[in-house]
Amino acid sequence: MRMLKRTLLKSALGGLAVAATLGTTAQAGEVEVLHWWTSGGEARAANVLKQLLEEEGHQWKDFAVAGGGGETAMTVLKSRAMSGNPPSAAQIKGPEIQEWGELGLLGQLDSVAEEGDWDALLPPVVADIMKYDGQYVAVPVNVHRVNWLWANPKVLEDSGVEQVPSTLDELFAAGEKIREAGYIPLAHGGQPWQDATVFETVVLGTGGPEFYRKALVELDPEALKSDTMIQALETFKRTHELMDDGMSGRDWNTATSMVINGKAAMQLMGDWAKGEFTAAGMTPGEDYLCAPAPGTQEAFTFNIDSLAMFRVADEEEQEAQRTLARLVLEPEFQKTFNLAKGSIPARPDLDMSEFDQCAQQSLEDFQRTAEEGGLVPSMAHGMAVRSDVQGAIFDVVTNYFNSPDMTAQQAAERLVNTANAAM
Amino acid sequence: MDNVIRRRTPGARLARWSLYAVLIGMALFYLLPLVVMLLTSVKPLEEIRAGSLLALPQAPTLAPWVKAWSEACTGMRCEGVGGYFWNSFRIVIPAVAISTLLGALNGYALTKWRFRGADLIFALMLFGCFIPFQVVLLPMARTLGWLGLSTSTAGLVLVHVVFGIAFTTLFFRNFYVSIPNELVSAAKLDGAGFFRIFWRILLPISAPIFVVSVIWQFTQIWNDFLFGVAFSAFETQPVTVALNNLVNTSTGVKEYNVDMAAAMIAALPTLVVYVLAGKYFVRGLTAGSVKG
Amino acid sequence: MVTTTLGDGTGSAASRRTPAARLQDWLPRLVVAPSFAISLFFVYGFMLWTFVLSLTNSRMLPQYDFIGFAQYARLMENERWWVASTNLAIFGGLFVVICLVIGAGLAILLDQRIRQEGVLRTIYLYPMALSLIVTGVVWKWLLNPSLGIEAMVQGWGFESFQFDWLVDSDMAIYTLVLAAVWQASGFVMAMFLAGLRGIDDNIIKAAQLDGASLPRVYWRVVLPCLRPVVFSAVMILAHIAIKSFDLVMALTGGGPGYATDLPATFMYVHAFTRAQIGLGSASAMLMLGAVLAILVPYLFSELRGRKHG
Repeated sequence: MRMLKRTLLKSALGGLAVAATLGTTAQAGEVEVLHWWTSGGEARAANVLKQLLEEEGHQWKDFAVAGGGGETAMTVLKSRAMSGNPPSAAQIKGPEIQEWGELGLLGQLDSVAEEGDWDALLPPVVADIMKYDGQYVAVPVNVHRVNWLWANPKVLEDSGVEQVPSTLDELFAAGEKIREAGYIPLAHGGQPWQDATVFETVVLGTGGPEFYRKALVELDPEALKSDTMIQALETFKRTHELMDDGMSGRDWNTATSMVINGKAAMQLMGDWAKGEFTAAGMTPGEDYLCAPAPGTQEAFTFNIDSLAMFRVADEEEQEAQRTLARLVLEPEFQKTFNLAKGSIPARPDLDMSEFDQCAQQSLEDFQRTAEEGGLVPSMAHGMAVRSDVQGAIFDVVTNYFNSPDMTAQQAAERLVNTANAAM
Repeated sequence: MDNVIRRRTPGARLARWSLYAVLIGMALFYLLPLVVMLLTSVKPLEEIRAGSLLALPQAPTLAPWVKAWSEACTGMRCEGVGGYFWNSFRIVIPAVAISTLLGALNGYALTKWRFRGADLIFALMLFGCFIPFQVVLLPMARTLGWLGLSTSTAGLVLVHVVFGIAFTTLFFRNFYVSIPNELVSAAKLDGAGFFRIFWRILLPISAPIFVVSVIWQFTQIWNDFLFGVAFSAFETQPVTVALNNLVNTSTGVKEYNVDMAAAMIAALPTLVVYVLAGKYFVRGLTAGSVKG
Repeated sequence: MVTTTLGDGTGSAASRRTPAARLQDWLPRLVVAPSFAISLFFVYGFMLWTFVLSLTNSRMLPQYDFIGFAQYARLMENERWWVASTNLAIFGGLFVVICLVIGAGLAILLDQRIRQEGVLRTIYLYPMALSLIVTGVVWKWLLNPSLGIEAMVQGWGFESFQFDWLVDSDMAIYTLVLAAVWQASGFVMAMFLAGLRGIDDNIIKAAQLDGASLPRVYWRVVLPCLRPVVFSAVMILAHIAIKSFDLVMALTGGGPGYATDLPATFMYVHAFTRAQIGLGSASAMLMLGAVLAILVPYLFSELRGRKHG
């Protein structure tokens, strides 16, 4: 099997060898990009890349599939891959890149990587994710920080909350005041991945990065049934009281707009939420506040978006793919895209003066936590575990969060079962 | 039939009134979502936020419709759902035509030329009506790849024909089975062939069931989302996929009016078909398609 | 079989047929053959393939490392699968029964020489025309406590009014029933109406002249005549229930939690978003088994009934 893959990769290097088996309908110099950057800020950011690519003479065919945090897009991708006609580039991330690599479907980007000296350019933690079998198969677009708390200062002020809560206890204390003042303390959308986002943030805030890594990355049963986990689960469920009734199925950006409109005070969400604040014309520090999620000042949960390149036969299409990969890492795109999307550039060497204070703090924390060990992959965003394990954890978390009867002990037990099944 | 023994007692009148009350009440229940959709689609955003669901628009506007048709963004393409609307037609028309025609021929051959095993063949084909579509998604993707039809309109037409003939065959078979065999056997004695008999004798009386089959297939295929999203690409996405993208895309503020207008646009063709041809649909059902 | 249907006159002449006549004999088979071949391949072939996959540990894309029936065992231990199956029983049962009651009721009421019958009929029937992707958008809105009906009624001054089934994990499954009944009951009404119109008026008149009251006439005389319609309706509704997918995706997305998961969504989620094609295929096979359990009795009576008629 291993041998076979090697040969396949070699033949891909050879270029046209696989032309017969891969029916391509795309014309020369076209890149069909499957992605789910569909919300306002995201779409605008992706548009930048499209323009840059078109300036280089290639054509960008936009294949956006909205819905379900990329779930629908993944279905489409699988269907396209099965039919032997995958798009040339797709938004794939985390361990999933490895899974696609194992199937032998990804093309390599080594020539571009060498030219751009990606090994020196990218932080090792980022570069590792982009490689399959030692070769670059994907290009990082950005680094998101998941453990952020967003707040509307006017609402906080109205409710008599002095400052953004920095511990979980402060969060609940502030929540009470905000509720009394007639606002929703925490904006949230009742989708499994959003529930899981809050969950992992609470786990991080309760047990710290070391515990987080043991429990949600290594899936250590001891950690999963420990008292710390029980405490985290109980705290997690208490956050339900801070949310409103209408959250069922609500999209994350609708929840963000509740903070923007002053209907809700805060939201626990990754920094893509900033794209929405920016799109609404708000300034950080004045119109809205960003702070590390309560209790997680010393940690950074990362979520890296990347574009993986599928193996294609057409020479010109390959050229277009390489151009796309090169453009993605160029300062111009990294800057514009991440300014619009709210994340920080995947390459840490850029001048950050144009970025706002949230992004600057994010980059600082990224580098600091990378050294101190607080840098952890986000479970809720598919950076920590394989998709089947992640799904099973989502099931436990979201079910526990939404059912009034299930106790923290029961939930912890189920997490342990899930971990055992995954081993 | 109540005029057979029409008793104009107060009790009967009361019964009549409550009969209408129930019917109209139910009609309101069925209409509620459509009314909300329609009202919302012609209101400016501020009114939606401020007012009640059923409040009449103070300043009705067609802007959301225009935006939904030609300007709204799905992903980074800001061209509305208009283009996808025509994509849908390109898929639906051939798929409906082919599946209906095949269904008619199958129904005719299975009932009027009862060869050995006809019942078994029918029973086996019928299962196609019941297969959950998620189950066939991956094998279908691979098959389309083999045929070189993946992501093409032709591929989508094929998918819809394949899973449509089970229904159309069922309709036509149940219809033709109720047509007296004497008509056909007389023509056979006169030496008329297979297609001639179909053309001259059965086709002219098949209008009701054609209506049923066409309406059914049109609705099913137009409304399909799963196949549409899985087997289409950049140029071939049907309108349901665009609608899904649109309602799941938002720029800060969720534009409910544009969402609703787009939903109305996506629903309009099937709605028109049902309103215009609904009468014939019920008539066609009467003509035998549902008689067990 | 062939000769008898072709008529007695030509039967004895079979050996002296011209090639053209032979072709005529084979033509019906030839016409059906492509459709049949398509069914064999696209329905049965795919089912077989799915069965094979259910015996493997396929993850992201199909692989052929066979592990026996382990996926089925895992499925049996999977709590979410049981939630989905229970939901299907609740949802399917309520959906079929309520649709039948509403459909039959409306058809009987409409059959009372109602003015504007055509308009009412169209109103009852139109939801069937709409895609659930479309209606899901508006139902989601109507059922959302802070945007829809609850907010509206509270806005009218009934502050204590509550209608928050969509966010209540015990009640959310009933919102699916509500939307599904809305969608399909008009169609059932049309089927019953068609059946009623097919009944000879004289039977009813005769019964009425005997002094039976109208409700009694319907209960004793008309409904028994409609048995075939009830049967077809149950078939159609049951298959809609088992295939329900768009409805869940558009309305609840399976939530809150996975409280409104159905087997169809379970299969989809595991096969496509969770890279567990093996497990998804196993659940698909069980779904197909359920379909067969409904279909076989139907076909049995359908084809046997033919021979009587």
